[in-house]
Amino acid sequence: MAEILVLVEHTGEDVKKVTGELLTLARKFGEPAAVWAGPGSAGGQARLAEFGAVKVYVADGPEFDDYVVAPKAELLAALVAAASPAAVLVPSTAEGREIGGRLAIKTGSGVLTDAVAVEEGLLAEQSNFGGAIIVKSRVRTGAPIIAIRPNSGPAEPAPGAAEIVPFSVEISDAAKTAHITERVVAERGERPELTEASIVVSGGRGVGSGENFPLIEKLADSLGAAVGASRAATDAGWYPHQFQVGQTGKTVSPQLYLAVGISGAIQHRAGMQTAKTIMVINKDAEAPIFELADFGVVGDLFNVVPQLTEEIQKRSDG
Amino acid sequence: MNIVVLVKQVPDTWSERTLKPGDSTLDRQSADAVINELDEYAIEEGLRLAEAHGGEVTIFSMGPARATESIRKALSMGADKAIHLVDDGLAGSDAVQTSAAMAKVLSRTGFDLVILGSESTDARMGVLAAMLAEQLGLPQLSFASKVEIDGTSVHINRLTEYGYDKVEATLPAVLSVVEKINEPRYPSFKGIMAAKKKPVETLSMADAGIDPAQVGLATAATEVASFAKRPPRQAGTIVPDEGDGGTKAAEYLAAQKFI
Repeated sequence: MAEILVLVEHTGEDVKKVTGELLTLARKFGEPAAVWAGPGSAGGQARLAEFGAVKVYVADGPEFDDYVVAPKAELLAALVAAASPAAVLVPSTAEGREIGGRLAIKTGSGVLTDAVAVEEGLLAEQSNFGGAIIVKSRVRTGAPIIAIRPNSGPAEPAPGAAEIVPFSVEISDAAKTAHITERVVAERGERPELTEASIVVSGGRGVGSGENFPLIEKLADSLGAAVGASRAATDAGWYPHQFQVGQTGKTVSPQLYLAVGISGAIQHRAGMQTAKTIMVINKDAEAPIFELADFGVVGDLFNVVPQLTEEIQKRSDG
Repeated sequence: MNIVVLVKQVPDTWSERTLKPGDSTLDRQSADAVINELDEYAIEEGLRLAEAHGGEVTIFSMGPARATESIRKALSMGADKAIHLVDDGLAGSDAVQTSAAMAKVLSRTGFDLVILGSESTDARMGVLAAMLAEQLGLPQLSFASKVEIDGTSVHINRLTEYGYDKVEATLPAVLSVVEKINEPRYPSFKGIMAAKKKPVETLSMADAGIDPAQVGLATAATEVASFAKRPPRQAGTIVPDEGDGGTKAAEYLAAQKFI
């Protein structure tokens, strides 16, 4: 059976949730072979075994952490040449898509981004134009490169050997031109990462000010959720830009999405339409976001949200 | 400094967008065409950098004849001149092919810095900056929320999943920007009038030296197999808040096993 290369998303030894989802998906199409760029593989190996990685290609040079994107694309290109995989799966994060894009050029293949499902024949399902159109696409030349939207599929354990296979690759000087001098981690407390959170609570224009955002944060914390914001809220400076959900921001696909004080313009819907369950709190009964709601409350968020938060805390304490 | 800013004409996000039944390419007739919103931030950044460091801003757009509207808008903001790559043979090109065609024109034109928006609002792939850097063998400075240039060295803040990275490189380079970077100016009346007289060079594939076998729908490595409108979501339960809205919401979450 041909290998399916899965680029591991990790911070040091910590393997991100999306990697389990990618390995689970890869098992349907071939033999999952994880690709670990940079240090930390020994600590992450068990996690990859848990989700069925048959082997783990490891290239542990410092280049992968020191330079933007290009070294990882070179590593994958070398592995595509060496292992002739049936496909390459990367997470559809900003960086994952960029790696996929560069890889497609190197391997003479094509790249499909933001896939929410992959069917037989490596047919990728994408959600386009703010979720209005469902497109099924394929790559017809070379090993398909598919970027998978985090949280769009399950991470189901299935034991694998996860045999470590050291892979040495000479990273070219051309790939070492955009030098990362410092990584700055934004404060998000104990909250889960936005794109991999099972529950996301987002605030919009209706929140009214940055001073009111703790209301959204408290609700999120009662649910163990990530906090998001609409563009209206980030443009107004009420919440940091990296938490923006929607077109030009993050695309999320959680089990539960709570839209609070968000009208639901197409630009916002583009980032959250594939959430499994959507709850809306908005005082304007005509707001288009209610069209997406599985459950909606028409009311003042300053009354509804504190009551909801308190009720959730009561229930989880009891 | 010689700055080239890439501009894409896209269907307006506010209008209904779809694909064409025949070849599954973008239906450009069904929606109003506008300049890709993020490109306005790229133009603004180009103008600011040229104002601060001297130099010229050239707009480069690949697209159908109608894209001249977006090119004129970019010129009316203050760019000096423009290049329009327009050829029926380019229709249906995928991201890899587009990057190859654009890289060809960019190499021919020459530049110190290429600036583009971090994504287009129609395809939303967010890969062109990386692909151009790959095609041109230049530093990739993408998703910049801040840019500083000192001589030939460039420093940016690159937005990441967890915050941002500080990245440095040497010119020439490819830079993509996010909307946090600046506040794009509105074209002045004077700017709009002046834009009408600014030079726009029109290039065909032959002019640019682009191999017809390497672009266009027929040879694209990716293809759309099918597409369909998303079925509307089932109508949900909407309740008015009568003082117990939060409690009702909690009851729903409990029934769905979220709490």
